[in-house]
Amino acid sequence: MFESHIISLSIWVPIVAGVFVLVLGSDSRPTLTRWLALFGSIAGFIATLPLYTHFDMSNGGFQMQETYAWIPVFSINYHLGVDGIAVPLILLTSFTTMIVVIAGWEVIQKRVAQYMAAFLIMSGLMIGVFSALDGILFYMFWEAMLIPMFLVIGVWGGPNRVYATIKFFLYTLLGSLLMLVAFIYLYHQTHSFEIIDFHALPLSLTAQMLIFGAFFMAFAVKIPMWPVHTWLPDAHVEAPTGGSVVLAAIMLKLGAYGFLRYAMPIAPDAAQELAMPMIVLSLIAVVYIAFVALVQQDMKKLIAYSSISHMGFVTLGLFIFNPLGMEGGIVQMISHGFVSGALFLCVGVLYDRVHSRQIADYGGVVNTMPVFAAFAVLFAMANAGLPGTSGFVGEFMVILGAIQANFWYGFCAAITLILGAAYTLWMVKRVYFGGVTHKHVAELLDLNKREFLILAVLAVLVIGFGVYPQPITEMTHATVNQLLQHLALSKIPGGAP
Amino acid sequence: MNFPVFDLFAALPEIFVLSMGIVVLLFDLMLSDRTRYISYMLTLLTLVGAGYLTLATYGTTESAFHGLFVRDPFGDVLKLMIYLGAFVAMVYSRSYIALRGMYRGEFFALTLFAVLGTMIMVSGHNFITLYMGLELLSLCLYSLVALDRENPRATEAAMKYFVLGALASGMLLYGMSMIYGATGTLDIAYINQSLDTQNIATLGTTPDKAMLILGLVFVVAGIAFKLGAVPFQMWIPDVYHGAPTAVTMLVGSFPKFAAFAFAVRLLVQGLHEMAADWQGMLMIMAVLSIIVGNVAAIAQTNIKRMLAYSTISHIGFMLYGFFATPEGIANAMFYITAYVIMTLGAFGIIMLLSRKGFEADNLDDFKGLSKRSPRLAFVMLLLMFSMAGVPPTIGFDAKFAVLQAALQAGHVGLVIFAVLMATVGAFYYLRVVKLMYFDEPQDDTPIVVQSDVALVLGINGFAVLALGILPQGLLHLCVTAVTNSMP
Repeated sequence: MFESHIISLSIWVPIVAGVFVLVLGSDSRPTLTRWLALFGSIAGFIATLPLYTHFDMSNGGFQMQETYAWIPVFSINYHLGVDGIAVPLILLTSFTTMIVVIAGWEVIQKRVAQYMAAFLIMSGLMIGVFSALDGILFYMFWEAMLIPMFLVIGVWGGPNRVYATIKFFLYTLLGSLLMLVAFIYLYHQTHSFEIIDFHALPLSLTAQMLIFGAFFMAFAVKIPMWPVHTWLPDAHVEAPTGGSVVLAAIMLKLGAYGFLRYAMPIAPDAAQELAMPMIVLSLIAVVYIAFVALVQQDMKKLIAYSSISHMGFVTLGLFIFNPLGMEGGIVQMISHGFVSGALFLCVGVLYDRVHSRQIADYGGVVNTMPVFAAFAVLFAMANAGLPGTSGFVGEFMVILGAIQANFWYGFCAAITLILGAAYTLWMVKRVYFGGVTHKHVAELLDLNKREFLILAVLAVLVIGFGVYPQPITEMTHATVNQLLQHLALSKIPGGAP
Repeated sequence: MNFPVFDLFAALPEIFVLSMGIVVLLFDLMLSDRTRYISYMLTLLTLVGAGYLTLATYGTTESAFHGLFVRDPFGDVLKLMIYLGAFVAMVYSRSYIALRGMYRGEFFALTLFAVLGTMIMVSGHNFITLYMGLELLSLCLYSLVALDRENPRATEAAMKYFVLGALASGMLLYGMSMIYGATGTLDIAYINQSLDTQNIATLGTTPDKAMLILGLVFVVAGIAFKLGAVPFQMWIPDVYHGAPTAVTMLVGSFPKFAAFAFAVRLLVQGLHEMAADWQGMLMIMAVLSIIVGNVAAIAQTNIKRMLAYSTISHIGFMLYGFFATPEGIANAMFYITAYVIMTLGAFGIIMLLSRKGFEADNLDDFKGLSKRSPRLAFVMLLLMFSMAGVPPTIGFDAKFAVLQAALQAGHVGLVIFAVLMATVGAFYYLRVVKLMYFDEPQDDTPIVVQSDVALVLGINGFAVLALGILPQGLLHLCVTAVTNSMP
């Protein structure tokens, strides 16, 4: 029975666990609540492991599918399935949820049950997004995910949290609703909401352009691409550490995943036509946003801009239409999930002690927190793309792919490696090195066991995938090839225009 | 005029509700305040009994009283929803009206007569029957709004409601007389036939067509008034705001089923041949309603007024279902059901927060509700996200259904406009969530929730979520009801 419901279990175990935490846990018994949440998140992670063990690496199509009629009136099905792109992202999601639960252990003191439940439920919904093969099912997960995030930023966030969270919600909602219109349009063409039918549907170039535009609104906001990125720095700065980690590590990946699963295969001709503007937007994100990151005074804001810049690499990789670029983009997504998550956790460690995120409030942290500084420098190096860390693999593959496509694309992208190193290392220098100038820095205590555990696990993964990225590339290889073959064929009725 | 006795069976639920309304009215004279709960229980019992009578013969299609009255699945389903809506409204309002001196026989009798009015509107198949049902409903609602005589704002609202309502009724009658002049009949079925046989398309600009169109304009205006679509929405904010919350809930909930049925009977069953004409009018009204409703709601500080404007925008969305006939009608029916479920819950919560001498109708009264009562806040959260159309709530399925219908009819531009406005609408619903969850409470008075209200409210909130995740049953019900009853 479990064999045939692997994906359903991955989705529903964390959600049910979240509901349990909400019902059983309470603020008067925070310890019980935390242990329940930890247990739930571990159960959720274990539930996703069979996706890896049962996965057939040589098959580029959808695996472990489950189909049930859900709303037959509109021929909507509960249809799940995963391919080589979805599985690593699902594992990343359930893993990050565990980290977030542990990271919020004693940091979150108010409304513990609601906080933990929000992350558990969100985890299930995000896995749903990665595995839905029905447009409306996908849309349901996609939008439902906004509700817990809205509350997480709004309830546990910083001083300007209301503005940030409403901006986050409305930006994403607007984009998503246009995607819904595109789905309904496709439904009237195919009389089905099955993504596989959407992929096979021939469409004129105009229709493809409009559909691509609608999907672009939904996914570009989520990634976020320049110029619709402005919600992200606000949301990141105000969100509690856990919220920032989930936003950076997973939610941003949803946008890129959306391009891979929806926008590009449904409208391949439009994607080819619009590849140039997309690449330009990606390069603007990569280069310009890196400059913006350079001048930030707030550590979280700096990392937020660095995320946008790194996601620019991902979209660049996707839209140069070669296997190296696309696989590089996917590797970059996973790597960025670990690295940005770890960086936000590092800021969280400092913030919990000093209650400031301003770079100017620190200096010489290495003197009082040597172990922590070692981790922080490692993650900063990974963010700058140092060889031997996971950050290097993805960026290198994308740059190689870009040079294959056009030398100047690769050239522009490579410039950011320098810029990335500049803004990251400059921050490291100002925060961690130098003399101790502030009294509160002198009083800092080094990592406790809980913080050490999560940072150590992430460090192992960052170095592990940096040295041996094979597990990810092996998994995505067949799927990427199949996707690129699909993208190469025109869907315009009667051949190319 | 004579008719077979059998015809009475078709109207059995109506006859039952009428008799029980009279019983409650008379019997209540003998009750003291201490035994007043008997009237309350009798009212609930009447709704349950009517539900039983309707269910017992569910699925039959028959025409009675020479076509004045019709029993069909469409009407039966709507009537069941009306009983349920009225039942829930009664449970929610009991303690609220008791604290405000409205816990009297008149309240219950008037509600039952209003229910009767809606039932006749749902089942009427002739201009005269429909009009009588409408007037019965309206008169009951006018007096309910004014029931709290000491309250000047309620009296003012009742006055406005009455004057504008009378005007709308006049327009409706005028339009009906025009259509009568053009077709020579008041019977919905005959109107449809006569338009069909004359083949309206070939009429061109002959006087008949002009007269029909003129009549149609007035009929549509009358319907729009009852639904509360722009530009006939003026009464909605004032009545919603001014009326005691229990009455606002009555005005805003089950009568919308009747107004919807009224529109379907007149436009879809009677004047289907003129669909292109009335769809054009409905399109303009739908777009205006969505704009006015969503934009004006942002500026409100009173939650009843905010919900009034939100109603206007919901009606606009519901009208999108009418763009595709007859397939879209089922979707519109689903929308109106979702709307009533959400409205009942929202007003139920406003009443729960109110207490003697205090109306919790300002948005700021919701501040910090999640700390004062996490459960109530959670239900309100669900309702607000549902109204904003965010999955997995019923509000999303409803919006999806009507947008799907409109897109099926090819109105891509209108659909894109609607989703843009839905984002605007999300803002003011989110504001309520923000007040409840992100702000600190200003008022620490404990909230008392009776167990029966808690149970019904719990079911109401659960329905918003459960029907949102599994809408198939309700959707299927709407689709079968409509397909088995439309021409």
